[in-house]
Amino acid sequence: MISFSEATWNITLFSLGVALASTLTIFPFGIALSWFLARKRSRFNSFLETVALLPLVIPPVATGLILLKIFGRRSPLGGWLYERGVEILFNWKGVLVAMAVMSFPLLVRSARTSFAEVNPRLEQIAATLGASPLRIFFTVTIPLAWKGIVAGGLLAFSRALGEFGATIMVAGNIAGRTQTLSLAIFDFVQLGKDAEALGLMVITVILAFAGVGISEALVRPKGVA
Amino acid sequence: MRKNSVAVLLVFLTLGLSLPVKAEEILVSAAASLTDVLNEIGKVYQSKTKNQATFNFGASSDLARQIDEGAPADIFFSADLAQLDNLDKKGRIETTTRKNLLSNQLVIVLPVDSKLALRSPRDLLQPEMKRIALAEPSTVPVGVYTKKYLESEGLWDGIKEKIVPVLNVRATLASVESGNVEAGFVYKTDAAISRKVRIAYEVPIAKGPKITYPVAVVKESKKKGAAREFLNFLATPEAKGLFEKYGFVVLR
Repeated sequence: MISFSEATWNITLFSLGVALASTLTIFPFGIALSWFLARKRSRFNSFLETVALLPLVIPPVATGLILLKIFGRRSPLGGWLYERGVEILFNWKGVLVAMAVMSFPLLVRSARTSFAEVNPRLEQIAATLGASPLRIFFTVTIPLAWKGIVAGGLLAFSRALGEFGATIMVAGNIAGRTQTLSLAIFDFVQLGKDAEALGLMVITVILAFAGVGISEALVRPKGVA
Repeated sequence: MRKNSVAVLLVFLTLGLSLPVKAEEILVSAAASLTDVLNEIGKVYQSKTKNQATFNFGASSDLARQIDEGAPADIFFSADLAQLDNLDKKGRIETTTRKNLLSNQLVIVLPVDSKLALRSPRDLLQPEMKRIALAEPSTVPVGVYTKKYLESEGLWDGIKEKIVPVLNVRATLASVESGNVEAGFVYKTDAAISRKVRIAYEVPIAKGPKITYPVAVVKESKKKGAAREFLNFLATPEAKGLFEKYGFVVLR
């Protein structure tokens, strides 16, 4: 019923590797934006937040199409990169870009809530004691908010692993080069190879369960089982 | 010192020797329905020529979109003439390399354990044929082709109400497999991927709609030589044999 092959493990390692790279890439930007949204009041706030959350709600294929247009050779940015020997489409970089954009909202959602829950008075007290803003951020804010940030990171990582619609547009479905767990499952299902698809599904479910489970455990209020 | 120079010499020798046989890798964007046959052809090609063909499988319309945006494919192998025509008009492919390589046949499939008999498409009008699965007849090529065929046979109006439009061929097969529909229309090559359906009727090529799989080299390819070589390989008797093994009709 279930079939695992050598390719299965290669696909799994590739997916894990790119999903990790994607999560690390969006981490600094996600943290900075979340902090800004939670602490600064500007009229751009709701606009910025909406833009960051868009990939969560618009169809992944549409996001993929937008990314294809942005990074394709014929766009200004894609052309500029291409002249410098950087090609995003049809290789692991395309997978990373798709994963990063699609998982970014989940990191921001979780981290922003967590920053907002930190009592600003504690930061103000640190300031009156002469701590620099940067020092306050790293020694007061982050230690109080880390759970939500890590939970958001895990959620983003899990979402990156499951990414399909945008990836297939930007990176294609190329075995051994851009094929992730999700793309391979799709491929096997289309070909009627259900045993192979099931093998990959088992792995995907285990990974997703672990990622989302730990993430949930981190942000669960104390005393609630 | 002497050891070192021997080592350097060896390195140069191996480099020099390995250069002429350095394999070229081309990327072929191909319709998903070609997955099985092209994977097999790719293996034979590599063992024969040392060159490698890597495949990007997807819906022909998505593949065309990617090439239009400048994705680095060397060859486009479409399941639909319109997609290639569209790229050709935009100057994205080498017109002189275009070939209409394959065709396919429409078939009617029933669940493998179905007790219903179907000798001609006319039998679909019978009341025991309650539901018939078909890929969306307004957009998906196989659905469009089927509708055209049934209209030409004067059967569409009688069957129309029984049609359950589904996402694609795979969904058609799944609904026939499950027995939730009495019959479905797919390509002959698709029927082969499921053991839970049987082909009840093959639409004769002469009567069916003209189904064409065209192939061409992409204009912006940097490996046009290797790409042409692969196209030539697709026309060899060996490749033809493999296409036929998977149920495709090889044109000319």
